[in-house]
Amino acid sequence: MTRSIRIGAGAGFSGDRIDPALELAEHGGLQYLVFECLAERTIALAQLARQRDPEAGYDRLLAARMQAVLPACRRQGIKIVTNMGAANPLAAARKVAEVARSLGLAGLKVAALTGDDVADALRGTETPLEEGGTVAGLGNRLVSANAYLGAAPIAEALAGGAEVVVTGRVADPAMFLAPMIREFGWSLEDWDRLGRGTVVGHLLECAGQVTGGYFADPGFKDVPDLARLGFPLAEVGEDGDAILTKVAGSGGRVTPATCKEQLLYEVHDPARYLQPDVAADFTGVRLEAVGEDAVRISGGTGTARTGMLKVSVGCHEGWFGEGQISYAGPGALARGELARTVVRERLRLIGLEAEDLRLDLIGLDAIIAAGAAPAEPREVRLRVIGRCASATAAERIGHEVDSLYLNGPASGGGVTTAVREVIGMRSCLVPAAMARPALHWLEA
Amino acid sequence: MLLRDLAHARAGDKGDTSSIGVIAYRAEDYARLERLLTPERVRAHFAGIVHGEVRRYALPGIGALNFVMEGALGGGVTRSLALDAHGKCLASAMLEIELPEEA
Repeated sequence: MTRSIRIGAGAGFSGDRIDPALELAEHGGLQYLVFECLAERTIALAQLARQRDPEAGYDRLLAARMQAVLPACRRQGIKIVTNMGAANPLAAARKVAEVARSLGLAGLKVAALTGDDVADALRGTETPLEEGGTVAGLGNRLVSANAYLGAAPIAEALAGGAEVVVTGRVADPAMFLAPMIREFGWSLEDWDRLGRGTVVGHLLECAGQVTGGYFADPGFKDVPDLARLGFPLAEVGEDGDAILTKVAGSGGRVTPATCKEQLLYEVHDPARYLQPDVAADFTGVRLEAVGEDAVRISGGTGTARTGMLKVSVGCHEGWFGEGQISYAGPGALARGELARTVVRERLRLIGLEAEDLRLDLIGLDAIIAAGAAPAEPREVRLRVIGRCASATAAERIGHEVDSLYLNGPASGGGVTTAVREVIGMRSCLVPAAMARPALHWLEA
Repeated sequence: MLLRDLAHARAGDKGDTSSIGVIAYRAEDYARLERLLTPERVRAHFAGIVHGEVRRYALPGIGALNFVMEGALGGGVTRSLALDAHGKCLASAMLEIELPEEA
């Protein structure tokens, strides 16, 4: 009999639901539970939080998630891998140990993975950015630079007995690939197996997005019980092929169609899905229903890794200022259009300096500003947003929308205004040696 | 024939690039999608939204086409002023494409 392991996905983004993770921990028959919680920009925001407070800079739901799943995981020997360490994996690991102690789980072994932060090595260099310009050109606007680390150091932590591995920036599929490398002893140059493991990791990394979440389109693609959506788990064999499923009785569905949408999600060239460990090839992937809510995944392959790591670079890009106001009933569109004209004129009169400005009518052209105009909407909402060099300038945008109350078209209502700092993300490639992965051990 | 009757779609984002996977509901419709849902047709549909190149990758094994559209996200997700900065809704917009009837 071929040995296999069961890996579950406990979160697909930082704001994800927590109860499906507990359901997986209790009823998934898992050996590993992975929480992917680190969007591109989150790490830059976390870096800013850490600059203000040296013990901050990790996921705000870390403690809540650990409180929910640690008892069940400890009881069943389920190992946890997560990138909730964000900009501060060490502080996050200390928090995990603290939560474990408070739950009476003394002796819990936690490993923190650092070394993804390459800001000091990169700052001031002529490394070209994918979006144009160089890192040096960002000057002191640079906030953070984090390389996507691979699976090897996570596998090493698991081999060392870690029950929880907390990382910063790592490639999302690598968190799933690491348990396979650890359990099956795969060579780090077995491109086909690493490719297949990456396919599985990629399918799991967005959690509910493969079990019927983000899929429902009533009448075309119906999904039962989204309010109790089950998160996915994969039973992976030694060859890297897998069966993807979810806990019986949970909401959602797993079909070849749900898997296909996720397989292509955020993929460019499917023959070269570039990861730190491998260039995975999805073009031969087969997806086959093998029971209710069970899909067999096979046929993935891979070729040698490039030796370069992608780096997410965060930088200050000024301030967003925004204001919104609604118009409804007869003539809503005409009043909305008038309000749009008035605000555009006001911003010109006050000499607002915005690097970028946009005036949309939500309900008409805010999302898809192309094609034939639809029938007259019953309500529209003017949304004015601009990017300015200072918070003071950005505030004036909301102020001009707010002042429509007494100075604009009839019966506008529901004004909201906002000002927020813009942290833009760029990316570049660096030689893998620039990142210095290191493990740090703690015990609860 | 509306694309929505033949296929489903999901959009993803990386920087200023939107990628949309378009998947045939029925395997027998894939060849038709491959013939008719050309990068040129998709580019024309997204005129005014997509400002760069549109590339298409075929995955006949799963009956899907993957479209990669550059300059589609208002200069990049994190600095875009768009309400839907990630371009998530572009997948639904894609399904509005009208495909010509074949003889």
